Amino acid sequence: MSVAVPHLPQAQLQPLMRAYADAVAAKRRRFVLGTVLFAVAIGLSAWMGEVALDKFTHNFWRFFAYFANTIPKISLETFWADIAEWFWGLKRWLRLLGDTILIAYVGTLTGAIFGFCLCFLASANLVKSRAIVFTARRTLEFCRTVPEIVFALIFVLAYGLGPLPGVLALTIHTTGALGKLFAEVVENIDPKPVEGVAASGGNWFERIRFAVLPQVLSNFVSYGLLRFEINVRGAAVMGFVGAGGIGQDLIEAVRKFYYTDVSAILVLVIITVMIIDWFTERVRHRLIGMEARS
Amino acid sequence: MSEGPNLFASRAGIEARFPGQFRTDWQSRGLAIGAVLAMAALFVAGLVQLEIPFSRLIPGTAQLGDFIWTMLPPDPGSWEKTLIYLKAMGETLSISLLGTFGGALLAFPMALLAARNVVANRIVHFLARRWLDTVRGVDTLIWALIWVSVVGLGPFAGILALMCSDFGSFGKLFSEAIETADKRPVEGVLSTGGDHVHGVRFGLLPQVVPVLASQVLYYFESNTRSATIIGIVGAGGIGAQLSEQIRVLEWQKVAFIILLILVTVALIDWLSSRLRFAIIGKAAASH
Repeated sequence: MSVAVPHLPQAQLQPLMRAYADAVAAKRRRFVLGTVLFAVAIGLSAWMGEVALDKFTHNFWRFFAYFANTIPKISLETFWADIAEWFWGLKRWLRLLGDTILIAYVGTLTGAIFGFCLCFLASANLVKSRAIVFTARRTLEFCRTVPEIVFALIFVLAYGLGPLPGVLALTIHTTGALGKLFAEVVENIDPKPVEGVAASGGNWFERIRFAVLPQVLSNFVSYGLLRFEINVRGAAVMGFVGAGGIGQDLIEAVRKFYYTDVSAILVLVIITVMIIDWFTERVRHRLIGMEARS
Repeated sequence: MSEGPNLFASRAGIEARFPGQFRTDWQSRGLAIGAVLAMAALFVAGLVQLEIPFSRLIPGTAQLGDFIWTMLPPDPGSWEKTLIYLKAMGETLSISLLGTFGGALLAFPMALLAARNVVANRIVHFLARRWLDTVRGVDTLIWALIWVSVVGLGPFAGILALMCSDFGSFGKLFSEAIETADKRPVEGVLSTGGDHVHGVRFGLLPQVVPVLASQVLYYFESNTRSATIIGIVGAGGIGAQLSEQIRVLEWQKVAFIILLILVTVALIDWLSSRLRFAIIGKAAASH
């Protein structure tokens, strides 16, 4: 059984074919142009970034040698004694790790409170004045674009060495990051409860307390926990610039080539970060579950 | 219906009609108050344990105000200095670009190994995941410190550091993107006689590549911020200049560099979000 495939007459077919070829050629041109631009950007970056492949291949073994050096000598006969020697500073390191977590906690909580206060001012659906919204948003943007460690560097000079500059730096960065996320949550709420409270005579604060907060609180807590997780990592390196926590001991160990200390501290940091990740993830899943049920 | 309006006329009427709305739920209220109290207690304990010197707060803030006052107006000093800072900013961008794309290239095969629908072997999958978790647990600044002691000071160490930390993040993100891909195109390819590799190449990759590209661009954006600071440990870029100027208290130059960073980050944000929309838009159009 043969099926007749209809053929368009040449006069009709040719412009169609030409248009198709043009479209394909345009797409191909765009692709080639993009690839060339990308290659130029990579080449330029390699030149600016002083990429030295010969130096790299020459020294690459050092990367593995570095890690090999950090592996402590552990033999089976004296296993526990070797472990104890590897973690010789365990007491001090655990205290510093505790400090690191507390710096992250205090910084996150203070920043979350500030972000909470600012986020309502940065939400266009709650504040009519455009000037206030604009100012609040730009403030938050400034707070989160300047890296926290830069704030820490400046604060160390103003407030002296110790955890205080670290806490303040984390506070400012957290204010910016959480304020933005909070404002986005607030802008996506259902406007009907707000109108209801307004219709029954509630003022601006009552509208926020009884109509906005119940809708956003679980999201706020979830974002706050996520930020705490990020801030623990941030607080771990605050010590690099003298702003407290475990970072100080770590950078000292790296600078003075105490290889096994480096690995011991890194192991402790990685384990702490993993435990906190696991813990906050569980709490967040429970919160999300609660939200889905209500 | 003469009763209806009366019920809503007084508070007592409403309470009689909706008792549940007026009963105080002591259990949930107690839980909320308890949580807030626990958080506050931990906060105070933290302040005590960290020995926060409150006496430093006021003089410190006064000094900070002084710093900010001397920052105005931002001034790089001279033309030569401006050129040096612009070059350092270029270095930062190079570190960010090469680090991000290098990390993505390295992470891609790893992500295929860590994705359950590509490699069915549970042991490979588990090992790949844990390996990525460990790499991700180490901060970029720490990687920078390590690479500085391998290849020496300079931006090259920064590139390698960003590559390492991005390798961990991309591996996780990519493998998740691959696992959530639609499996019907793969089945289609298999049903026409293709083998497993064909299924991945023609069924899976066309779906995930636009997603991955947009993730890479997003990371390029956020890495520009991280690349501004790794100079603090000697891994090149604007961070080296910034920390040096802060240490020697040249506040006008510090303000200029911070402004330069803000403007550059805003530019990169704008550029990459436009590119991302172009990529995702194209992907949506081709479906």
